[in-house]
Amino acid sequence: MIITASLVLFYVAGAITLGGALVVVMSRNIVYAAFGLLASMVGVAGLFLIALAEFLALAQLLIYGGAVVIVILFALMLTRIEDFENLSDHPQWPIAAVVAIAVFGVIAATIIGTAAPESERVSLSFTALGSSLFTEWAIAFEVASLILLVALIGAVVMVRTSRGRD
Amino acid sequence: MLELAHFQVISAALFAIGIYGVLARRSAVLVLMSIELMLNAVNINLIGFAAYGDFTEGQRALGQVLIIFIITIAAAELALAIAIILRLYRNRSSVNVDDMNLLKW
Repeated sequence: MIITASLVLFYVAGAITLGGALVVVMSRNIVYAAFGLLASMVGVAGLFLIALAEFLALAQLLIYGGAVVIVILFALMLTRIEDFENLSDHPQWPIAAVVAIAVFGVIAATIIGTAAPESERVSLSFTALGSSLFTEWAIAFEVASLILLVALIGAVVMVRTSRGRD
Repeated sequence: MLELAHFQVISAALFAIGIYGVLARRSAVLVLMSIELMLNAVNINLIGFAAYGDFTEGQRALGQVLIIFIITIAAAELALAIAIILRLYRNRSSVNVDDMNLLKW
């Protein structure tokens, strides 16, 4: 097994990703869990960079590292959970652990048992990504923007406090 | 030597951690965060195949376009889910998923 720089960077990014994810599911303090999610998302952006997808790494940092974590922190502040420093897990957590380990075992065994294609990483230029997105998948792009608009309007309508009639 | 299998194993591990979080945590916000982890696991898998697969340039671009769409849908889902959680908190003064049993017979 040859140790290359990309392999070392991959293990660093993977450790950040999985460590942050473990903080999300293990932490007793919900604010620490939110910051664990931030670390995990930054790790995923690093994995995107290692897979030579610079645009996606940037989008991941902006959307997940910025917007999503901030929105979740706002939700935590607005809901004022009284026991946010001492969360308890559901009593079914041993079953959940068994299910998670079983899923990981089945997928990992399948991956290791399958012959991987012997190929090198290939990068994709910004131009190719942009022209594919805005010509071949232009209709899907417009539908996605419509879905985002409808979801945001729906969210505003749902949380609005209607005085007088409620 | 970095291979496709590395990306796939990381993706599977992140997905399994997300499943554990969805099943074991009681706060609705934490369940939502675990769902985000699972969506990101799918993204890692897609980017691995887009970088390593034996594909044409158009097919590689489709892999990255799919990730862009998944990120978009995840953002829309997050906004709606946070709205639902805030509404439930106003009605029931709790975001504990065990307390939300109105539809349970």
